[in-house]
Amino acid sequence: MSRWRTASGGRIDRTRALAFRFDGVRYEGLAGDTLASALLANGVHLVGRSFKYHRPRGIVTAGAEEPSALVAVRRDGARETPNLRATQVELYEGLDALSQNRWPSLARDVGRINDWLSPLFPAGFYYKTFMWPKSAWKSVYEPVIRRAAGLGVAPTEPDPDRYAQCYAHCDVLVVGAGPAGLAAALAAADQGARVMICDEQSEFGGSLLADRHATIDGASAAAWVARAVADLAAHPRVVCLTRTTAFGYFPHNLIGLAERLTDHLDAPAPQAARERLWQVRARSVVLATGAVERPLVFPGNDRPGVMLAGAARTYLNRYGVRVGDRVVLVTATDAGYQAAIDLRDAGVAVVGIADLRPTVSGELPAAARAAGIEVTESATVLGTSGNRRVAGITIARTTSAGTGGDRRTLACDAVLMSGGFTPSVHLFSQSRGKLRWSDDHQAFLPDRSAERERSAGACRGATDLAAAIADGLEAGAESAPTRTAAARRITARSPRSADRGYLGAVPLASDASQKSFVDWQHDVTIKDLAIATREGFRSIEHVKRFTTMGMATDQGKTSNLNALAIVARAIDAPIPSVGLTTFRMPYTPTTFGAFAGPSRGDLFDPVRRTPIHAWAAAAGAVFEDVGMWKRARYFPERGEDMHAAVARECRAVRSACGLFDASTLGKIEVVGPGAAEFLERLYVNSWANLGVGRCRYGILCREDGFIYDDGVIARLAADRFHVTTTTGGAPRVLAMMEDYRQTEWPDLEVWLTSTTEQWAVIAVQGPDAREVLRGCVEGIDLDAAALPHMSVAAARICGIEGLVMRVSFSGELGYELNVPADHGLGVWKAVHAAGAAHGITCYGTETMHVLRAEKGYIIVGQDTDGTVTPDDAGLSWAVGRKKPDFVGRRSLQRQSMQAPDRKQLVGLRPRDGRTLLDEGAQVAERPDQRPPMRLVGHVTSSYQSAVLGVPIALAMVAGGRARLGQTLYIPMPGGDVEVEVVSPVFYDPKGERINA
Amino acid sequence: MMKIPCPHCGVRDENEFQCGGTAHLARPALDASDREWGEYLYFRDNPKGSHRERWRHAYGCGRWFNVVRDTLTHEISAVYPITETPAR
Ligand SMILES: [Zn+2]
Repeated sequence: MSRWRTASGGRIDRTRALAFRFDGVRYEGLAGDTLASALLANGVHLVGRSFKYHRPRGIVTAGAEEPSALVAVRRDGARETPNLRATQVELYEGLDALSQNRWPSLARDVGRINDWLSPLFPAGFYYKTFMWPKSAWKSVYEPVIRRAAGLGVAPTEPDPDRYAQCYAHCDVLVVGAGPAGLAAALAAADQGARVMICDEQSEFGGSLLADRHATIDGASAAAWVARAVADLAAHPRVVCLTRTTAFGYFPHNLIGLAERLTDHLDAPAPQAARERLWQVRARSVVLATGAVERPLVFPGNDRPGVMLAGAARTYLNRYGVRVGDRVVLVTATDAGYQAAIDLRDAGVAVVGIADLRPTVSGELPAAARAAGIEVTESATVLGTSGNRRVAGITIARTTSAGTGGDRRTLACDAVLMSGGFTPSVHLFSQSRGKLRWSDDHQAFLPDRSAERERSAGACRGATDLAAAIADGLEAGAESAPTRTAAARRITARSPRSADRGYLGAVPLASDASQKSFVDWQHDVTIKDLAIATREGFRSIEHVKRFTTMGMATDQGKTSNLNALAIVARAIDAPIPSVGLTTFRMPYTPTTFGAFAGPSRGDLFDPVRRTPIHAWAAAAGAVFEDVGMWKRARYFPERGEDMHAAVARECRAVRSACGLFDASTLGKIEVVGPGAAEFLERLYVNSWANLGVGRCRYGILCREDGFIYDDGVIARLAADRFHVTTTTGGAPRVLAMMEDYRQTEWPDLEVWLTSTTEQWAVIAVQGPDAREVLRGCVEGIDLDAAALPHMSVAAARICGIEGLVMRVSFSGELGYELNVPADHGLGVWKAVHAAGAAHGITCYGTETMHVLRAEKGYIIVGQDTDGTVTPDDAGLSWAVGRKKPDFVGRRSLQRQSMQAPDRKQLVGLRPRDGRTLLDEGAQVAERPDQRPPMRLVGHVTSSYQSAVLGVPIALAMVAGGRARLGQTLYIPMPGGDVEVEVVSPVFYDPKGERINA
Repeated sequence: MMKIPCPHCGVRDENEFQCGGTAHLARPALDASDREWGEYLYFRDNPKGSHRERWRHAYGCGRWFNVVRDTLTHEISAVYPITETPAR
């Protein structure tokens, strides 16, 4: 047994030794240890290097608030979790932990030079030092800073573990299972409430787990906890969750809980979920989150071995570990004395107690004095010594002259500090409850609740055990939906302690040469805060951002109040007026795995496939993602790359016939007596004059006048329209239609139905399209006179009732066959077979894009970007001039919408006839400009045109239509490319082919 | 995540709904000035406290309705039909 382990006591299992590694060195701990307690039991205090100065750092606390002892725990290459608090990592056989932020080793770390160079790295140095040259940011400053100032490293392999998620409802959710929380859960359960109680630790009990002196209902604290836990566990309406952190408080009493299921096991079952995310909707919430002890801010307070008094007491009483052989207590509370007394009882030499308070009385100090421990009143700390572990502390008595008298240096190997208790109001504050400053408690306490919630116990200032339990009982009973049972009573007794504490830097700290740390994790000292106030920052939110105080992963749990007091003193303002920084979720870092749950890989996002998908895949199609859809991009034949395949497909459509799966088109049926009027008001076009059996290209603008969607609309009957939308646009178009239907024009009798997935759409395009379809379509005349361009007719298509629409997005004679989705594949195969004699060629979205670009047809979202009007896109012909109004009309009349220098759609042809422009490239009037360049537009679409044999592009160019024939320049990686501005219609400008 | 009382379906979680922004925006007459129209299009109050806003039960009945919500506490104090205009 290690010499720092006590002979008996504590909650560890002395019969079960566990081997573990820290930085490759093998140690032994006991079942029930945390990594922190096991390291301390081995005399290891140096566990990490600090964030900025790379100073040696130790273990400061025994809980979730730990700002210093951050480690990585590694199971294998994919399971290495960085930035874990050693105080929360439960030991298991074979645990492999690593220190962080050190190179080459923890003991010899070259980054330590930052500490000696620290005058160069004051608060705000990022903002001031690393400004110029700008190019150095990417190549020099950022990589170096990131390497030197950092936390742990995330694994690069995918996370192999499973994470579960569940929802729960309860009458009362109790957060925290210390004395107040246990009392609240018992009281609520007594009243018949459905109760959930959670605690982040491995077992319930909170502060009671380390309390040797308290008696509750006549039993020891430990015995009472065991009874309470058994009562709750046996209760049919109570759910108990250990290792479960309530990390976030969301509106309407939704609480996020992260339950760690396997991280404490040496060999988790392969299929077991590692964590479970609970979303609990609670009728009422009781926050019993306790309080955390505050460090004291004195010179040299960050040496390994300097820790909170309560933590030392927890290590002793809960884990059977002495944190040193010779300790000094620096305190401003009576509670600190309890730690000193317990350690002394365990055989540790308490070399002295330095109490910042001028006069000290009370039960606990009296007991310490009676035990012969020397107590110095009005004390302060002038500094500490020791390299990788504290070896001495210099204390003095503050005199009325403001100097330190009776200076003495005490040799020691641990310093305990107790600056008072900060209520954990994080969740209360997240719930938007209002805090108020209490002078009595020297703390912010919960005041007005925003939710159906109440705080109980130490988190609202009731630190005395009996008071905390009484508060918990009351909170639990009053949170229950009904109160029928008699109120439970619990009697408790523990030594009285006065714990108003001390805020800010100790006297004379700012005169010392050693640094006094406020925020351990971000290396923020009193000097940094002084600089911030000298720079003129007054609000704590600004000070926080300038110094990064409280912005580390611990969110300043141990540091915020001290920082606030230091700033308040520096600017001579009361603490509440300086403000309190905002508490944000998560309370402690929560894994992405818990949030993602099963939504990863194939389950990340639904995949939509058309009825023809499997056929296309078997035909060797290469697919692309369009929204959630998988669309065939091209159909390569043997040895073809995309360029060759697309060129072949393009030629086939222009010269013979192509077959294209357009099933992803969004489709909405607009039906009812008011259908025509509805579209009239919504779309820019006229619809009243559209005959039954005819189609029209429609444009939908938002109220701001910018193009939102487009598509062909067919009038199937006087009161029935078949509206098509872009592939990705159907849901938002339907939502917009519903909005206007319900909220603006409830008088119109019109019904909207999404029919996207009811229809498979097969486009047959090309000069031979009619001949191909003659053998497929029955019941209608396909001749141009009977079924001209932009018309629609019901027909039997390969034996299936459907719609034949004569429409074209290629510029060729074209049809779109709409058949019920279940028959899509059959009809596709039949048409493909029927077209064999004509050399019918399957084509994909890439060819579709080239063909439409050759015709200057826009794609909403590619050629438009939400700032393009119909006129900008060259589509003013579509706007119904005589309509009194439509959505967007008034906006289109605004002066800025008529400006001649608005960006307009044009075509671009490279002068060299060879260079394919980059989509997204800028357009310039003059070549060879240096930044800042004057730019007049951007390229929206660019393709190699097979039929023209040259590259073509569409672009939005300021005043573009007045520039036809002009030369412009496209800056590209290889230099400026000279282009000619041309009409966006590159092919068949008269449109003769489409009307064939 | 809020709980929103759909007037047609009852109380449901917020992720079934879609927010449509401030309610009862008065659209200026078509002959309003460009400035007035621009303010209607682009400028919104951002009140701290009670806010009348439009919500749609998008993954439920699909109906729009109005909600009075406190933007600070998220308390929903009233729900009423989309076509109803409360007296100011
Ligand atoms: Zn509903």
